[in-house]
Amino acid sequence: MIHSFQFQDRFILVDVESGALHFLDEDAYQVVQAIEHGGDPYSAGVAADTVKEILSDLEELRQSGAYDTEAMTAPEIPGGSAIKSICLHVAHDCNLRCKYCFASTGDFHGARMIMPLDVGKRAMDFLIEHSGTRHHLEVDLFGGEPLMNWPVCVGIVNYGRELEKKYNKSIHFTITTNCVALTDEMIDFINREMHNVVISLDGRKEVHDAMRPTVNGKGSFDVILKNAKKLVAGRGGKEYYIRGTFTRNNLDFLEDVKAITGYGFDQLSIEPAVLADDSPYCLLPEHLERIDREYDALADYYIEARKTPETWFNFFHFMFDPKGGPCLRKRINGCGAGTEYVAVTPDGDLYPCHQFVGMEEWKIGSLDDGIRREDLQNEFLGCNVCTKDTCKNCWAKYYCSGGCMANAVLYGGALDHPHEISCALMRKRFECAIGIYMAEQTER
Amino acid sequence: MKHMQTIQKPCIKTGKNTACGECQASCQSACKTSCTVANQTCARENSENK
Repeated sequence: MIHSFQFQDRFILVDVESGALHFLDEDAYQVVQAIEHGGDPYSAGVAADTVKEILSDLEELRQSGAYDTEAMTAPEIPGGSAIKSICLHVAHDCNLRCKYCFASTGDFHGARMIMPLDVGKRAMDFLIEHSGTRHHLEVDLFGGEPLMNWPVCVGIVNYGRELEKKYNKSIHFTITTNCVALTDEMIDFINREMHNVVISLDGRKEVHDAMRPTVNGKGSFDVILKNAKKLVAGRGGKEYYIRGTFTRNNLDFLEDVKAITGYGFDQLSIEPAVLADDSPYCLLPEHLERIDREYDALADYYIEARKTPETWFNFFHFMFDPKGGPCLRKRINGCGAGTEYVAVTPDGDLYPCHQFVGMEEWKIGSLDDGIRREDLQNEFLGCNVCTKDTCKNCWAKYYCSGGCMANAVLYGGALDHPHEISCALMRKRFECAIGIYMAEQTER
Repeated sequence: MKHMQTIQKPCIKTGKNTACGECQASCQSACKTSCTVANQTCARENSENK
């Protein structure tokens, strides 16, 4: 399978199965487009002699395994036998009332509660017990807002450090926070212990405050920015992300990217809100053209900004390193929801991932009973880019690895039916990411 | 080749010494600290390069 597209004034060819990337001249692009869409290369409006040369070039690429490569056989995935990552819902409560929150402003459609330390420790034991021979493990402190249950966060991390030594494991702790309740003591602990931190901040003050009010209905921007700056200043090079969300109300989200970099942050992500069609904030098919233009504008801005150290920044979805990327198994299997990755609720229930929490029919077990729904685990395991009809023939399958399974269930209609708007946005972002990578490679 | 230039040779890793599963968990909805697959690095290569 191949995919060709135009990025800025360049023409790019992706050989999907090998990951090879090529620049094309304009004639070659026309010919490849015709081939890709099942047409006659000689009817692409290019002189016949030139078409002949182009076909010869393509044949040379084919012989080197870099064009129209055969689909690879999916490796056997021995998932389900080891869990390497857990999401601990330390608080099903939040001090914000964000209007697009997938977690129903923190309560996940249930009672507002926090996780007792005992449950947190048992979850850590569960992870170790089910991790098999895996050395690298991950624990994300999540909510709601995890800082609302800070003593338990500290207790879980300290307990995890004991387990690391005892069982010769390496645990990366991470936290996703809105920073509202952040104190200096928390900053010190987070920057010492957390491998990565995600900070929720949407960009421009007016955009952020419109969507992320406090419980009392006031804007949260000022306190979050102040605390986030302090937290990031003390990271000392450790990973963090400013994570914003855009809705149909700020399709000009490049301005939010500029705002965030203007605050001094250089690691950021602005994500599309994925919501039900009847939400006043959800993105609809008629917004896609506008969003595509915004990603193009962001890509132009990004390439220019990264040319000088003072304005350099990383945009999460434009980070792309084909050489150092994961192997085929990972690309096919994706997040490992329900098999390698599970979410634990404050009362110890287990779900395939944080986005499934509260959907009783997707509960896979509990810390008391262990995994009870192996049928569901097998369903997740059997659902990958080699088995999903919509993914099999998608050029972006080895980059997105099938999309978010929770979004598939909630908004796509079924586990094996990815959410179409999310797919369209993914493909656009990957075109930009590949284009940016190739532009930067040739400018070096 | 006259009409094309290869910037990246075939790079999707398969076969021996792959599929160890030591890589970071990814989140396709990107609401977590973890990477998506496209920007993820191979944990094995990372540790070998250190």
